[in-house]
Amino acid sequence: MEGYVVSNLLVAGLLALGIFAVWRASRSRLWRDAGRELVRRRPIALTAVGLFVLLGLMDAVAWVDPPATAAQLAAGDAIALRKPRSLLDRLFPPDFEERSYSAPLADVEFYGGRPLRHPGRHLLGTDILGRDVLHLTLKGARVALLVGGLTSLIVIPLALVFGVTAGYLGGGVDDAIFFVMSTLASIPSILLLIALVMALGRGPVQVCVALGVTGWVGFARIARGETLKLRELDYVQAARALGVSEPRIVLRHVIPNLMHLVVITFVILFSSFVLSEAVLSWLGLGIDGSWGQMIDQARNELSRDPIIVWNLAGASTGLFTLILAVNLVGDAVRDILDPRTLKERR
Amino acid sequence: MSESLLEVRGLRTVFPEGDARLPVVDDVDLAVSRSETVALVGESGSGKSMTALSILRLVPRPGRIEEGTLRLAGRDVRSLSVDEMRSLRGREAAMIFQEPMTSLNPVVSCGDQVAEGLRLHERVSGRAARRRVLELFEQVGIPDPAERLDAYPHELSGGLKQRVMIAMALASRPKLLIADEPTTALDVTIQAQILELLAGLRAELGMAILLITHDLGIVNELADRVAVMYAGRLVETGTREEILGSPRHPYTQGLLRSIPARAPRGERLAEIPGVVPPPRAWGAACRFADRCPLVMDVCRRERPRPVVLAPSHVAHCFALEPGVGSGTP
Repeated sequence: MEGYVVSNLLVAGLLALGIFAVWRASRSRLWRDAGRELVRRRPIALTAVGLFVLLGLMDAVAWVDPPATAAQLAAGDAIALRKPRSLLDRLFPPDFEERSYSAPLADVEFYGGRPLRHPGRHLLGTDILGRDVLHLTLKGARVALLVGGLTSLIVIPLALVFGVTAGYLGGGVDDAIFFVMSTLASIPSILLLIALVMALGRGPVQVCVALGVTGWVGFARIARGETLKLRELDYVQAARALGVSEPRIVLRHVIPNLMHLVVITFVILFSSFVLSEAVLSWLGLGIDGSWGQMIDQARNELSRDPIIVWNLAGASTGLFTLILAVNLVGDAVRDILDPRTLKERR
Repeated sequence: MSESLLEVRGLRTVFPEGDARLPVVDDVDLAVSRSETVALVGESGSGKSMTALSILRLVPRPGRIEEGTLRLAGRDVRSLSVDEMRSLRGREAAMIFQEPMTSLNPVVSCGDQVAEGLRLHERVSGRAARRRVLELFEQVGIPDPAERLDAYPHELSGGLKQRVMIAMALASRPKLLIADEPTTALDVTIQAQILELLAGLRAELGMAILLITHDLGIVNELADRVAVMYAGRLVETGTREEILGSPRHPYTQGLLRSIPARAPRGERLAEIPGVVPPPRAWGAACRFADRCPLVMDVCRRERPRPVVLAPSHVAHCFALEPGVGSGTP
C-alpha cells in the first residue's frame, strides 16, 4: 500500500479513537469537570495545541490528483504532479518553489537578484533549495506531533504494564523488572538512542521506537511506586475483602487511580520527545521534514553574510510555540488532576 | 449453642522478622453464631485486626496463618482454593474498615462501587444493580440516595462514606459482617448514628457481626459476647454482662477502670501502668505480667491456663486459679 493511503487510514483511526476517548471520558463526571476546568484555565494554549493538531491532521491526509488533461497541459498551469499532496500542501500553489534563497516577501533571489516565480508571496522566504519556509514550518507540525504522540503511545502502555506488574506482584517479578529498568537507565541515553537509530534505520517510526525504548523507564518507575502505594490502600483491601479478583482490582482500582499520572506524564513526555528529536536531527539522525532538521540546516546559514535567519526563525518559532503551549496545558492538567488539589477545587 | 457461623480454633498468625517469626495472633479461639454480635476488644497492636484479616485470609504479606482451624459457614477456610476463598468473601463474610476516608476508591462513583460488590456474586443487569444500590442506600440511611449514586467519595462526609462502605458490605447479603473499628475515625454524634444503623441492620437482616473495637462503650451498646485480647492472646471471654459487669482478668478490670464515664468525678482516672509490649518482646509466659497488679512468680514463667468461671466466662489468669492465686483478684 502507498504511504499516503496508510497515513489517511491512520488519520481516520486516530480521529475515531479520539472521539471515542472524549465520549468515554465525558461519561465520567470527574473527567468532564476536569475538561471544563482546563478550558476555563488555558483557553489560548488549548487553542494553540488544537491548531497544531489541525495542521498535523491536514498534512496527514493526502491524495494524488487525477492526471492533467491535455488542455491543462497545453495551458501550462498544471505541472504533471503524480505525487500525493496533502490537504496542507493544497493551501499553497503546486509549484510554490524558487531556485534558491529568497528573503521574506522579496521579489528577487537573495543571491544574484534574479526575479522570483512568485514575487512577494513567500511570507517567510525560501530555503537553500527554494522551498517556501512557511510551508515547511507548517509541515513540521505533523512530524513533531508524530514524534511526540507516537512515542508517548509506545512509552505509556509499556511503562504502565511493567510498572504496575512490578509494583503489584512484587517479589521476584519486581526484582527482574527493576533490574531491566536500572540497566537501561544506566546506559547514557544519547548513546543508546544513536545506537538504536543506527540499528533500526532512519524512518519516522524507527526514531519513535528508539525514543520510546530509551524513554519508558522514568514513567515505569513512577507507575511502580504509585502501584506499591495503591496496593496497600484501604480501598484495595476493601475490594479484596468483598471478593474482587486480583486482575479486576488492577483494572478497576489501581490503573484508574494512575490515570492522572498518565495524563500528566503524557504531556511532559510529549514535549521532551519533540525536543529529543531536535537533538537527534542535530546529530543527523532525525526525521525528514522535522523542525529539528530545519534548525540543523539553518546552522550553516547563520554563518553566511548577510545572515539568513528566516529558516531558523520559522522552525524555532514552531517548536517553541508547540512546546510552550503543551507545557502550559500540562501544568494546568497537573493542577487540575492532582488528587491533593481535587477537594479544594470544588 | 448450635453450629457456629464462624469458628476459630488455635489461630496463630505470624510475621517473619529476620529469623524469628513474630506471632501477632497467638492461639486465639473465637466463635460467632448466627445473628450474634461478638466484640473483639483490645488496645492497638493487640492483634485484633489481624485476627479479622486472618478469617478472610487477607493477612498482608509477609504475614501468614501458621496454625489453627478456621471454619466459616461450615467450610474450612484454610483449605479453600484462591477462587473458592474469593467467592466466600463478600457473600459469607464481608468486612468494613476503620478509615472511611480511604476505604473508597476516589475515582469511582459511590453507586458504581456498591454495584461492583453486588455484581460479583450474582448476575444482575446494570439497571437492576442500580435499583438495588438505591435500595441499599436507603437501607443504610443515606439522605437523597438517588443523588448520591453518582457522587464521588470526596463529595461525601465521613459518616456518609462509612454508610456507603456498609452498603458495599451488605450488597451480597453476607451472613457475617466483620466491622474493624467502624466508628473510630468518626466524630461522636456520627458514631452514635452508625452504631444505631448497625444495630438496626442486625435486627433487620439477622446478620452476625464481629465487632473489632477498643471502645468499651460500643461494646456495651452492640455486643452479645465479648472477647478481650492482649498482646496477641485472648485474656478473657464472656457475655457482655459478665465482661462489663464482673470482669475477672486484671487487664479487663484495668480497661474498665480507665473509662472516664465510669470513674468517679473529680478523681484522677485510673490507668494501666506501662504500654503493650511489642511482639518481639512477647514470651511464652503471661504477657501482661509486667503491668499486672497481681503478678506472681509463676506468671513470669508459664503461660496462664484458661480458667472457667461460668459456662460462658473464661479468663486466662493464674490469679484466678484456685490453689495458685487467691481466686478473687
